[in-house]
Amino acid sequence: MKKLLEKLTEGILMLSGTVTTVTVLLIVFFLFKEGAGLFGKSPTEDGFTVAVNHNNPIDKLSPEQIKNVFDQNIVNWKELGGNDDSIILFRMDDLLSYYSEDELGGIDTNMSLLAQKIDQVIENNKGVIAFISANEIPKEHHSKLVRIESIGLGSFFGGEVWFPTSTPVAQFGIYPLLMGTLWVSFIAILIALPFGLAAAIYMAEIADSKVRGILKPIIELLAGIPSVVYGFFGLIVLVPLVQQLFNLPVGETGLTGSIVLAIMALPTIITVAEDAITRTPRSVREASLALGASQWQTIYRIVIPAASSGITAAVILGIGRAIGETMAVLMVTGNAAVVPHSMLEPMRTIPATIAAELGEAAKGSLHYDALFALGCVLFIITMLVNITVEMISKKGTKNKLR
Amino acid sequence: MIEAKNLNLYYGSFQALKDISMKVPEKSVTALIGPSGCGKSTFLRTFNRMNDLIAGVKIEGDIIVDDMNIYAKGVDVDSLRKRIGMVFQKPNPFAKSIYENVAYGMRVNGVNDEKLIKQTVEESLKQAALWDEVKDNLKKSAYALSGGQQQRLCIARALAVEPTILLMDEPASALDPISTSKIEELIHELKKNYTILIVTHNMQQAARVSDHTAFFYMGSLIEFNETKTIFTNPENQQTQNYVTGRFG
Amino acid sequence: MKGRTKKRVAELIAFNLFRIMSASIVLVLFSILAFIVVRGIGVISWDFISKMPEEGMTKGGIWPAIVGTMCLVAGSMLFAFPVGVLSGIYINEFVKDNWFKRFVKLMTNNLAGVPSIVFGLFGMSLFVNTLGFGDSIIAGSLTLGLLALPVIIRTTEESLKSIDKYHREGSYALGATKIQTIRRVVLPLAMPNIITGFILSIGRVSGETAPILFTVAAYFLPKLPSSMFDQVMALPYHLYVLSTSGTDMEASRNMAYGTALVLILIVLILNLLANFTRRFLNKKIKQ
Ligand SMILES: Nc1ncnc2c1ncn2[C@@H]1O[C@H](COP(=O)(O)OP(=O)(O)O)[C@@H](O)[C@H]1O
Ligand SMILES: [Mg+2]
Repeated sequence: MKKLLEKLTEGILMLSGTVTTVTVLLIVFFLFKEGAGLFGKSPTEDGFTVAVNHNNPIDKLSPEQIKNVFDQNIVNWKELGGNDDSIILFRMDDLLSYYSEDELGGIDTNMSLLAQKIDQVIENNKGVIAFISANEIPKEHHSKLVRIESIGLGSFFGGEVWFPTSTPVAQFGIYPLLMGTLWVSFIAILIALPFGLAAAIYMAEIADSKVRGILKPIIELLAGIPSVVYGFFGLIVLVPLVQQLFNLPVGETGLTGSIVLAIMALPTIITVAEDAITRTPRSVREASLALGASQWQTIYRIVIPAASSGITAAVILGIGRAIGETMAVLMVTGNAAVVPHSMLEPMRTIPATIAAELGEAAKGSLHYDALFALGCVLFIITMLVNITVEMISKKGTKNKLR
Repeated sequence: MIEAKNLNLYYGSFQALKDISMKVPEKSVTALIGPSGCGKSTFLRTFNRMNDLIAGVKIEGDIIVDDMNIYAKGVDVDSLRKRIGMVFQKPNPFAKSIYENVAYGMRVNGVNDEKLIKQTVEESLKQAALWDEVKDNLKKSAYALSGGQQQRLCIARALAVEPTILLMDEPASALDPISTSKIEELIHELKKNYTILIVTHNMQQAARVSDHTAFFYMGSLIEFNETKTIFTNPENQQTQNYVTGRFG
Repeated sequence: MKGRTKKRVAELIAFNLFRIMSASIVLVLFSILAFIVVRGIGVISWDFISKMPEEGMTKGGIWPAIVGTMCLVAGSMLFAFPVGVLSGIYINEFVKDNWFKRFVKLMTNNLAGVPSIVFGLFGMSLFVNTLGFGDSIIAGSLTLGLLALPVIIRTTEESLKSIDKYHREGSYALGATKIQTIRRVVLPLAMPNIITGFILSIGRVSGETAPILFTVAAYFLPKLPSSMFDQVMALPYHLYVLSTSGTDMEASRNMAYGTALVLILIVLILNLLANFTRRFLNKKIKQ
């Protein structure tokens, strides 16, 4: 009986032991299942197609090209590698400027001639590009249906436009978000690093135990403050400050986000780096001092190099934290989904995008899947960060003396 | 000429050294022996003020090195430490190349002349009887060396700043017998030029390498005399018990 | 002598620079705290704590958000604390030092590094949609619980590891089995640190926003939950709403300050409590 109970307990323990592994696997499964739904699909609204004149040599367009055409950034087929014809946009509503209701067969017949007339419009205008419902294409049609490139990894990572609700074709290019995320995080670490290292060195090497006893809980507290509170503080204090300081139209910029993130990344950097520094064996320090080196010389010539792998790990972990941070960034960076040119512009990060848009994306829609795909990207980045840190610290312990 | 005068040392409220007075003879080897925890290391470390680094240490009395009280106000601890080399219990090379390990002491003391550094590195490695083994691998990491080689590297490193005194805290305790005997030979060579203080818990070693021996017990210096005397005819009963192994 | 002064000057400059930079971190923390305390203290009153939000969340209180956060903390800890502690015990006491242990540890580290918004996505996909819980306390609690797991597992592991071998050996010597030893000897000794970790993860859970955005949090819901399948308001999300998307941002500013202060106070109190248990309970055990 007692034996059985022990076996049972062990079984329960083992189950609990695997809970993190199971969770990670489940996260991978659910994230990638939904995220994968984005790929291989056409980004047009359901049931809509794009048609052109049958003499037009173009038979394939990318979502980004179509968006540019409909935004009239591209006005001539030449720019898309076609003939030298200006582009004429045609949507369903435009039909009435070509034909009257009667000519379309009248309301009574439910516009029975609609499809044929549309076909005619396309046939009569060399440069037309029509965005129409697939039902409005007659069986015998003269117009040519343009194939729209489906969403692939290339257009996902390389696309410069993120505009999931754009019509006629949604845009799922995450390049601007990726850049926004990397820039905001990178600058944040650049700001946090000198302070974080200084504090780590100060706590590990210079401060006496009393000062250390005060600093430690302060760093812990800094780590404990919720990110919304940082975001709130950033919004009320830093945003106006940045706006005034740089004389900007808006204070919600990448830089503002970086500053908030820098403060938030400090605890991670400080704790990990301090840990690495204190792990340097005492006798190595003493050997340096015994040779007449000053304490500072010992720190920067011996201790820091010896702790370098731990310090690198601290930096990478800090970047990882910054990349994944959501709320604070969402609140202060301005969230403009454009490829950033300067830190003083609004930027938008991947986590902020998910947080801001998931509420509006209908379950199962391409937009919804795209946000999960963003989640996958984040997940992969953090896995890479973790594995790198793991490898660095393993290398670090191998080099250490007994 | 180094000397301790009425030295007391406290770790917080615990007194680790009790009223120690001792003149260390020059250009010879003095061994410090005694049971573990009796204060040997603590005493050794007072000579280069290594105990300063430990929080809560209080020191009374004087240590005289070359006619100067090193605990007087205004003493430059760095240059004091430069004149006193130290070798530790476990080999503790820096995470640098063999060459840079030896060059380190010069660099931190403001020597920039690369030619001088190179020359000194070679001399120090020769003095430490390591040159022949590493001369083709000076750029290699010090960690690539064996334990015994690492310890000799640490000795070379200490010699490179041209000290007059060498403090050694159980320098062979982490080494195999062959490496140990190499280190002992080395100590024998070095005493021609240096004043050496060596802590050891190995009585045969003390007998083999030292000229004088000091026996410590519970923070007090019980007896200090020529090594021969200490091991054959000690004045004190406690010393007698310790060296004959009837201790405890 | 010249070398000496140069060395000293460099050291003096470096050390003071570090001192100033460390002090500036402290200054930043205190200015954040001071800012929120000064602006928020006037807002906090019994009514603020105990009333429903009124007039488009520009007046009244934050009671439902407080209750919501309490539900989420309770729910997530009910799940994460036992599972996390058991998991920590298993990893530290039962798994031998082999690839499996390394793998499990790697997974725990990986989970700890997963951004909270990814937990939000996952929770939405699994609990809200697949399992059909909908936006609910249970979906939010489970999501938050998973997020808190790695912290609890790690603190459990660390506290178990720090216990001297002779305690275990003493127990084995008396003929106790492994599980008895763990339950009667090891766990009680490790408890103070485990509890410290527990308290700190409460702080973490009560401040998280991203994981609850799409699993439980309600924008405005002036009633208390009646079952674990209800949506609730939550303090961090409420602060987010008040400061970015309220109906009248200027008018709700004061409410936002008050909410921020409540959040800060929770974290502050939990941190103090954690430090207290660490010191007090550890001392008590030693005696
Ligand atoms: N840093 C320290 N803090 C407090 N006590 C110490 C410290 N270092 C050594 N001691 C104590 O001082 C005594 C002498 O230590 P030590 O000089 O290391 O002895 P030995 O080298 O003879 O073994 C011991 O009782 C030891 O516990
Ligand atoms: Mg010793």
